[in-house]
Amino acid sequence: MKKIIFLLFAGMSIGLTKANVGDPIKTKKNNSADNAGLTLPSGFVATKIADGLGSTRHIAISPKGKIYTKINYNKRSKYQNGILLLKDLNGDGIYDTAFAFGNFSGTGICIRNGYLYASSDEEVFRFKLDENDQVINPNQPEKIITGLISRHEHEAKAITLDYAGNIYVNIGAYSNACQVEDRKKGSPSMNPCPILDSAGGIWKFKADKLNQTYSDGVRYATGLRNVVGLDWNTATNSLFVMQHGRDQLHDLFPELYDTKQSAELPAETMYELHQGSNCGWPYIYYDHLVNKEIIAPEYGGDGKKSTTQYQAPVIAFPGHLAPNGLLFYTGNQFPEKYKNGAFIAFHGSWNRAPEPQEGYYVVFVPFKNGKPNGPWEVFAKGFAGKDLIESTRQADHRPCGLAQGPDGSLYVTDDSKGTIYKISYSGK
Amino acid sequence: MKNIFLATISCLIMICVFAQTTNVKESIVRGKKVYDKVCLSCHMADGGGVPKMNPPLIQTDYVLGDKKKIIYIVLHGMSERVPIEDEYYSNNMAPHADLNDQQIADVLTYVRNNFGNKADAVTVAEVKAVRNPIKKK
Repeated sequence: MKKIIFLLFAGMSIGLTKANVGDPIKTKKNNSADNAGLTLPSGFVATKIADGLGSTRHIAISPKGKIYTKINYNKRSKYQNGILLLKDLNGDGIYDTAFAFGNFSGTGICIRNGYLYASSDEEVFRFKLDENDQVINPNQPEKIITGLISRHEHEAKAITLDYAGNIYVNIGAYSNACQVEDRKKGSPSMNPCPILDSAGGIWKFKADKLNQTYSDGVRYATGLRNVVGLDWNTATNSLFVMQHGRDQLHDLFPELYDTKQSAELPAETMYELHQGSNCGWPYIYYDHLVNKEIIAPEYGGDGKKSTTQYQAPVIAFPGHLAPNGLLFYTGNQFPEKYKNGAFIAFHGSWNRAPEPQEGYYVVFVPFKNGKPNGPWEVFAKGFAGKDLIESTRQADHRPCGLAQGPDGSLYVTDDSKGTIYKISYSGK
Repeated sequence: MKNIFLATISCLIMICVFAQTTNVKESIVRGKKVYDKVCLSCHMADGGGVPKMNPPLIQTDYVLGDKKKIIYIVLHGMSERVPIEDEYYSNNMAPHADLNDQQIADVLTYVRNNFGNKADAVTVAEVKAVRNPIKKK
């Protein structure tokens, strides 16, 4: 009996130690010599602060600098939990261990008002933080939203919050272009598109009310096929999102689009949203080469017919780059031109084949008075590790989430190898 | 007499094997054309698929295992959320029943003998059997 009690205690103490210190991370030290393999504007430096974490999707950094990242894990993942709190034990800037908690996979994570919010593909939870920004009850989150549609495609529920007690959730369309049979050549479109009643938009809920379902929220904006990168812009006090444009124009309409046009079109688009915004999916797509809303071929378009019926994007990018992270920079560390501008993490394309793939970089868009003030530029590249990517899996790292640290450094997650990059301005 | 008979038989067998090998080779050549036109845009030129989006066609039971299963997927598409080697893939696959039996046999023979895969050919008869299952009385 004594022995059993002893074993129980031993087991408990091992459990406790593990929970407190966390699992070791094996990050290569001194990897900043070559800027962690990235090419950056002059004066910027990059370090891999953690490596090999798994599918690190979005990332949130608390006011006191605690780094939390969301893991989209499967059975073979290193961590069998959905959230990591990274710990730098010796203060050398490389994170040594991770405390893993949260028994749900997924993408979204955001910190606001002393709470850590995180999403699975169907629900949103929140964890109260203590005075050091550490989670108080890692095993007992509050369920904020439940019962969201997750039907195979575009299932990730990216989230952000405003500063007035509301949370915004992407509910992606479970379809490419709202055809009766998804992605099947010749299958007709549905008109009106029935998906839009419960997906293909951004829904708004209360940040502090438990167990909300669709009926407790409002459809804030519609006509958005899928949004992964979104952020509350404090300069304009409004929500900005990056839409993933539709796929397969050539596969479905080879008579209208050749493979080159299909690789470049449609644009990936940024929108500033307000209650009632309609961005037009699936009825239109945006063509950044002619700056027009083009009628989708499923809805009678011929690749040229356009409309002005829907909300126009504030800026547009080449097709299929897959914008997975959006962040408005409010720090003081970077040079003045970056203030209030937007960083976008492009995950990198797949739907450009047989043409070469594109993306796998972080871009910057300067903003003035709440509007883009100049063309977009590549800010950080080299994540893929090679210049030519023909098949998406050849990319070593794929940028996904973005966060700003309290000192104004920019953090980028990679959901392929689970690397976290820190980018700072040294001025040299 | 016996020797001549044996020689004739072995010759016939060799011709059969040779003809079959040639047939498989021709099927693979035709299959690549179907693959490049219909499959490549999602499963990629190297058959590697797209991480977490479109499944890889390399060294997986789906491709190398029961042929009926992979023929069925080509004919009917796939939109169930099922793990493949423990990973989930988000994109729906459209049905490709518009391809004829020969095209499906060719493309699957190509996929089963390319990208580092090695498995026997898929025949037109096998595709036909899955497309038009005999209804049990």
